Amino acid sequence: MTTTPLLSVRGLSKQFGRVITAEDLTFDVHQGEALGIVGPNGAGKSTLLNLIGGVIEPDSGSLMFDGQDITRLGAAERAKSGIGRSFQIPRPFTGMTVFENVYVGASFAGDTRGQAGYERSYQALETTGLLHLAEHRAGQLRLLDRKRLELARALATKPKLILLDEIAGGLTEREIPQLVETIRQLVASGVTVVWIEHIVHALVSAVDRLMCLAEGRILAIGDPSEVMKSPEVIEVYLGSTMATAEDI
Amino acid sequence: MSKSLAGAAVTQTVKVRRSTRSSYVGVAVFAIAIAALAIGPFAFLTKGNQQNLVTLFTYIILGTMWNLLAGYGGMVSIGQQAFIGIGAYGIVYAADNLGVGPIIAVPIAMVISGAIAYLVSFLAFRLSGGYFAIGTWVIAEVIKLVTTQITALGAGSGISLTAFAGAKPEIRIATVYWMALASVVVAVLVTYLLIRSRLGAGFTALRDDPTAAATLGVHVTRSKRVIWVAAAMGCGLAGALLAANTLRVQPDSVYSVQLTAAMIFIVVIGGIGTIEGPIVGAIVYFALEQYLSDLGAWYLVILGSVAIIMVLFLPQGLWGLLSGKGRIQLFPTGYRLISGPPIAEGSKES
Ligand SMILES: Nc1ncnc2c1ncn2[C@@H]1O[C@H](COP(=O)(O)OP(=O)(O)OP(=O)(O)O)[C@@H](O)[C@H]1O
Ligand SMILES: [Mg+2]
Repeated sequence: MTTTPLLSVRGLSKQFGRVITAEDLTFDVHQGEALGIVGPNGAGKSTLLNLIGGVIEPDSGSLMFDGQDITRLGAAERAKSGIGRSFQIPRPFTGMTVFENVYVGASFAGDTRGQAGYERSYQALETTGLLHLAEHRAGQLRLLDRKRLELARALATKPKLILLDEIAGGLTEREIPQLVETIRQLVASGVTVVWIEHIVHALVSAVDRLMCLAEGRILAIGDPSEVMKSPEVIEVYLGSTMATAEDI
Repeated sequence: MSKSLAGAAVTQTVKVRRSTRSSYVGVAVFAIAIAALAIGPFAFLTKGNQQNLVTLFTYIILGTMWNLLAGYGGMVSIGQQAFIGIGAYGIVYAADNLGVGPIIAVPIAMVISGAIAYLVSFLAFRLSGGYFAIGTWVIAEVIKLVTTQITALGAGSGISLTAFAGAKPEIRIATVYWMALASVVVAVLVTYLLIRSRLGAGFTALRDDPTAAATLGVHVTRSKRVIWVAAAMGCGLAGALLAANTLRVQPDSVYSVQLTAAMIFIVVIGGIGTIEGPIVGAIVYFALEQYLSDLGAWYLVILGSVAIIMVLFLPQGLWGLLSGKGRIQLFPTGYRLISGPPIAEGSKES
């Protein structure tokens, strides 16, 4: 693993009314690494992905991605520059087929059209186990398949950096290792991954570093097992409703 | 979820089809119909028939444009009469005041509509949802008011198209008829090709979820502006045809919100989100108007009831019914994955 930062987040802040969801966040995501993010509900994890993906604008701070200042770029430009993203609450294009959903990612952000785009879309569906649903309307999918579609669309954009927001929720204990394997292969193929997940044991087995957020601030960032052992992290986890012993 | 990401060897057999068997039939049927309509004035269409058909063609164009806006762009406008009016005044201004002749005046009218729509978009696009709908209506009223202040355009009392003066009625009527026939073919075809293009997949995506579309690289505002301007040009075209057909432009009729109501009705009846729907809807609307408009207020009651019944019981519209819920597609726009490598184990689960 090299240590060139692919993404540099500097002093990023965002407040919704009186709720501070990002407070002076500063960290790097290195080229080729997998960074996990944990934190209690409402910690600002999804907001951070929205800020990186350009879905919302920060109040202050800056973002460098792949040597370019992307702070002022819109979501579409960021997608084209190589940032792919899945949404925690899936946002399928309900009137299109699953295949067409994925092809939008391949042909717009991925900039591969026609046959090459079809092949890219096919691969993304195969990787995520959605091929048998390719011709179904995305609006008819059940939640788990909608989550898979989120991942498939993001993969089809051929991202340099992929931002994943709770894609394991709803998977069975048997399916989780498969997902972890998929993510590992993604990292092995050179994609940088930022992955938010409440299922901590799955996350820890796939990521190089772990970051814990609470109330918009970074509590700890570094080696996953050390982060999970740090007293501040244990405290917010035990103090929040979603924590269970086996999660930690 | 186990297959390798780099499964390059298997990809050669991925096949996607964009046409359907029914689309070949569709092309043939439409080609024959257009050819028959084109020779109509020499053979079987009276002057009255031709004038009626111009009205029908105008409705098809209007329905197609509202469908483009709402069915593909997710923009529910109730101010499209602005661009119909601009097109109607545009053809008169270009043909009579600039003296370019009625045929060249049509594209000029469309360009004027498109240019004004482009400018208006910077205001209208600040609004969304219901505010956008009302906002477009307000903008249309403002454009109407401005028009009625211009004495060169006849102010409040309107203006007549005189470019055809001196032409024999049958020549004039046939000329307008052919203009309208060519216009409807071009408007439907261009809309179809736009929707079928890569840009069109982006339109459908942003209609369903603009945030997700942007995250996948679709320039949302830019795409909406393309649709908005294209739809305004189509409405301008329809307005120009209305003016050429009636030779008279009056602000209260060409800027009437009832024109947009008709567009919505056509799309609701025919079916939103398909190219065929507005064509079917326009034919039904035209027929209802021909046969029932003598009933006065009852005509409006019937129209309203039909619309409510459609929304409640046939949300896909008549075309949804006729096509067997989309099994028949005369104008296919989608991407059908028809074959790939033998389905790998990874995708069989669940
Ligand atoms: N668009 C918004 N407008 C107002 N408040 C928002 C908005 N988005 C997020 N918030 C608030 O910001 C806080 C952080 O939300 P966020 O979704 O980032 O949390 P999270 O860490 O992803 O939580 P979870 O684990 O539940 O997904 C919450 O209090 C939320 O209500
Ligand atoms: Mg979240």
